[in-house]
Amino acid sequence: MSAAYATAARETVTLSAGRSRDKDLRSLVFLGALWFSLLFGILVLLVLILTTAVKGAPRFDMALLTDYSSQLFPERTGFRAGILGSVWVMLATAALAVPLGIAAALHLEEFADGQKWWNRFIEVNLQNLAAVPSIVYGLLAVAFVELVGIRERGLVISGAIALALLILPVIIITTREAVRAVPREIREGSLALGATQWQTTWRQTLPAAVPGIATGTILGLSRAIGEAAPLLMIGTATAIRFDPNGLMSQFTALPLQIYSSTSQSQEALQVAASAAIIVLLVMILALNGLAIYIRNKFQRTW
Amino acid sequence: MSLRPGTFTVPQGTGGVAPPVPSSPTPGRLEEVTEHEERTLPDLPPDPVMEALDLNVFYGDFHAVHKVNLAFGRNEITALIGPSGCGKSTVLRCLNRMNDLVPGARVEGEVTYHGQDIYAKHVDPIAVRTHIGMVFQKPNPFPKSIYDNIAYGPRVTGMKVDDMDALVERSLRHAALWDEVKDKLKQSAYGLSGGQQQRLCIARTIATQPDVILMDEPCSALDPIATARIEDLMLSLREEYTIIIVTHNMQQAARVSDRTAFFTAMPDETTGNRTGLLVEFNQTAKIFSNPSDPRTEDYISGRFG
Repeated sequence: MSAAYATAARETVTLSAGRSRDKDLRSLVFLGALWFSLLFGILVLLVLILTTAVKGAPRFDMALLTDYSSQLFPERTGFRAGILGSVWVMLATAALAVPLGIAAALHLEEFADGQKWWNRFIEVNLQNLAAVPSIVYGLLAVAFVELVGIRERGLVISGAIALALLILPVIIITTREAVRAVPREIREGSLALGATQWQTTWRQTLPAAVPGIATGTILGLSRAIGEAAPLLMIGTATAIRFDPNGLMSQFTALPLQIYSSTSQSQEALQVAASAAIIVLLVMILALNGLAIYIRNKFQRTW
Repeated sequence: MSLRPGTFTVPQGTGGVAPPVPSSPTPGRLEEVTEHEERTLPDLPPDPVMEALDLNVFYGDFHAVHKVNLAFGRNEITALIGPSGCGKSTVLRCLNRMNDLVPGARVEGEVTYHGQDIYAKHVDPIAVRTHIGMVFQKPNPFPKSIYDNIAYGPRVTGMKVDDMDALVERSLRHAALWDEVKDKLKQSAYGLSGGQQQRLCIARTIATQPDVILMDEPCSALDPIATARIEDLMLSLREEYTIIIVTHNMQQAARVSDRTAFFTAMPDETTGNRTGLLVEFNQTAKIFSNPSDPRTEDYISGRFG
């Protein structure tokens, strides 16, 4: 009894002796540096967004969304063509990139023999492709479009090809991660019942991975929607005064229209560009919000 | 129903050859179902459903299992026991070619099912698995409804089912799960307890009407009550199926199995890799009361492993 008491007392003393090493100078300096880095990044971003919003504030009106661009009446210029063009290109990009990306990822993850050198080669180069500058994809798209015999420049389909190439590695990589997160037990359970590899992938693995795939795909698209460089390469016009009406229609995109507006001398156009930047940001945030919503809603713990 | 369509006909479950059901308990009364008769067995299975003949398994250069010979009798429960890393799970997974899924896995020797080598060139592993089902260590229901979990096997294998509802009910009743889930068949299988999930996995396996059921430590993730229910279930399933079970739990092997195979791991002198080998295969009663190999005795008396 007394022995046990003595042991307990000694342990209490040991535990409370000295100050926590988590609070010594080096730890505090390190923690401070981390906080500074975090705050610096957020502050710069906030200042950027706020100044842009303040500058664009006079033009937060419907005309900004519903009117075409105008040099003659710069205070009434609108980004209708750019917004619609971006929406068209995004839809076409998704239609091209999503099936291709998911199929490629499923093949690599479920069917390809990872021991073979060519599959490993493809894997390594997927990572490399994700890091290629976006303008290079524009060049690729130009070459591809020429190859299939489309002479006209700046079409929705060309833009979609460029952006689809751009986000394909992102979609493949995120899909592979989502597929890999499906537990092996599910696949084994299916195979042990006499299902084929294909049935297992189609009926078990893919449905279970859909939330992850959707999230990755949307994040890829939200990256593509802000791209200007590849669209410039394929010869996308900036001053368009009609709605795109198909894949073979000419178009302009919101980032391009913003770019051309900011390079004009009229003050009103610059203000309108600032307002359009906020519109673009809202579109991107909405896409990212959708991705987060899907992830949280369908997230599964195994 | 043969491994290669149009070549063999294999007795399938109770369909072909009616298994002898000597004194089967009266169905319908649970308390009687839980009492199972003591069996007297011949020394070797007279009519083995499956046999392993000089089975060697390699993972790449690693020799995992050395020269195993086993015979699995019809309507018997065979337990594979032994310390960790002795290759018992590897042997089990060879019996329905689940080891094919492990990259670099290679099998030498033969595994026969009704006399046919399931590793022969023309054999389709998918067909093998429809005859030889498997239940895993961790309950692994699909993220679907209870109903769809059961219906999945018959659907993917293209089984002709006139009445899927009846098949689902029959499978769940066989797995002693029907009364607990009959009102929530459309609910997710993930809402079930671990023991119920494992019985669901057994029901799912039964639904494809296999001949042999392999169980890889089916109770190791379950509490004692759920374990007792699964063991009970195994004993009643024995009347219709041939069951092969890997277990870490020697009491479990003693309680449920008719025959027991004891494996051990033999370290390689040069590489230190441990190769599994079969030490003794006999009737469970003999293994536990009068083992012929001292290593078996050491293991079951708790001196080793």
